[in-house]
Formats: sequence, structure tokens, C-alpha cells
Amino acid sequence: MRLRRGVKKNSNPLRLHMATRPKYLNLLQIRMPVPAVVSIMHRVSGAALFLVLPLLLAWWQCSLSSPDTFAASKSFAAMPLVKIGILLLVWGYLHHLCAGVRHLASDIDLGTELKSARFSSWLVLAVSIVLTLLIGVRIW
Amino acid sequence: MVNRAVTGAHYGLRDWLAQRVTAVVMLLYTLLIVWLLLATPVIDHDAWRGLFAPQWMKLATLLCLLSLYFHAWVGMRNIFMDYIKHGGVRLALYALVIAALIAYAGWSVQILWSI
Repeated sequence: MRLRRGVKKNSNPLRLHMATRPKYLNLLQIRMPVPAVVSIMHRVSGAALFLVLPLLLAWWQCSLSSPDTFAASKSFAAMPLVKIGILLLVWGYLHHLCAGVRHLASDIDLGTELKSARFSSWLVLAVSIVLTLLIGVRIW
Repeated sequence: MVNRAVTGAHYGLRDWLAQRVTAVVMLLYTLLIVWLLLATPVIDHDAWRGLFAPQWMKLATLLCLLSLYFHAWVGMRNIFMDYIKHGGVRLALYALVIAALIAYAGWSVQILWSI
């Protein structure tokens, strides 16, 4: 913010404060509260899911076309590295879903107190990881 | 002089609501598909095709996918709004995402109705 002409620089603490804004926080230096971590992961998982959409559509089409392509897409999904990729996507999907449900709850003023907001953030992290592990055990 | 950014205005509430409605549609579909998959003892090619064969399932799947594409558009647009400061680049990215999502919608119809 520009100082108005005629105002003595640094004369008013509030004005000095305004003059030094905005602050750019270094995300790698501050200790982030859990809701912030969940929020960033919500965004990252959403973007990642968007980017893999064409791969998922191609795989889905392949799996439906014929018995041969079904077998091919099944063995593709059975490759260890692909399996790890699928599990990461499942985790991303589940995290995005749980964080989304948390968003809907906040919309109707559920869990907006600091304490409950922190608790529900931990819950989002825990539930999505536990469900991913369960699915991982099942497909491995 | 009117100096408006390419982002425009006045769609905030509509998109906020749409983001939630599409999310609920996808949540319900997720529960449906998980339930159907758990109820299928062996998932071979016939069972997998049979899952999407009924007309109501095709329409439910299409509804979920179209919700997904609109949801993805709002989400990606918000991400670009936050990080891409250059108007031209942002506009190009918007166009790219819209084109991709419309193509995915057509592709989804093709996949579903060739079952």
C-alpha cells in the first residue's frame, strides 16, 4: 500500500503495519496447522485426479471392450508399480472425498470451532489412510 | 475505462453451489458402485460389462461423470486463478481444461453406449 503524501513516514504504527503488507509466508518455514495440511492435500489430490482422467477413461474403455482387452487391463493393473500408482490414486480420491464431506459439514456450521476443526482434520487424514490400507490389503 | 480481468464475476455463488451438488452426486455414486462391486462375487468380463449394461446404470454413471467434469472445471479454474498471474496464460489453460473436459464427456458417452 502506498503512503499518502504528507504523512510522515513511520509516524503511525498502524500505517507502518499497512505499508509492510502484504506478507508472503514461506510455507516451508512456518509450522502448518492440521487443517491447512488437509486443505493443501485436498487441492493437490484434486489436481492429480484431474490429470489422470484420460488414463482412467482409457483403462475403463479397455476393460469393457472385449474379454481379451479386459484380461490385458487386469494384468496391467496387477503390475506392482501400477498397483502402487492405483493405491496412491485411491488415497487421493478418498482424501478428497473425506475432506469434501468435512467441507459440507462446515457449510452447515458443523465443526467450525477451532478444536473440532482440528479434530475433524485429523479424522479426514486417518479415515482416508485407513480405508486406503484396507483396499490395499484387499487388492494385494 | 472498464478494465476487467478475464475471470469476470458474478458466478461465485452458482459455482459454489454446483461444486457441492456435484460432490454429493459423486459421493452417492461412489457408495452405489462400491456396494454393487462388493455384491459381485467374481468380477470377470461378463460381470464387469453387466454392471454397466442396464439403462439406469448407464444414466447414473453418465450423471456422475458429467458431475465430475463440471466439478473438475470449477476446481481447476480456482487453482489457476490462485497461481497463474498472467491473464493470457490463464485464459489458455482455461480453454485447454474446457476442451479436455468436453472431449472426456463425449468419450464417456461413447464408452457407456458401446456396452
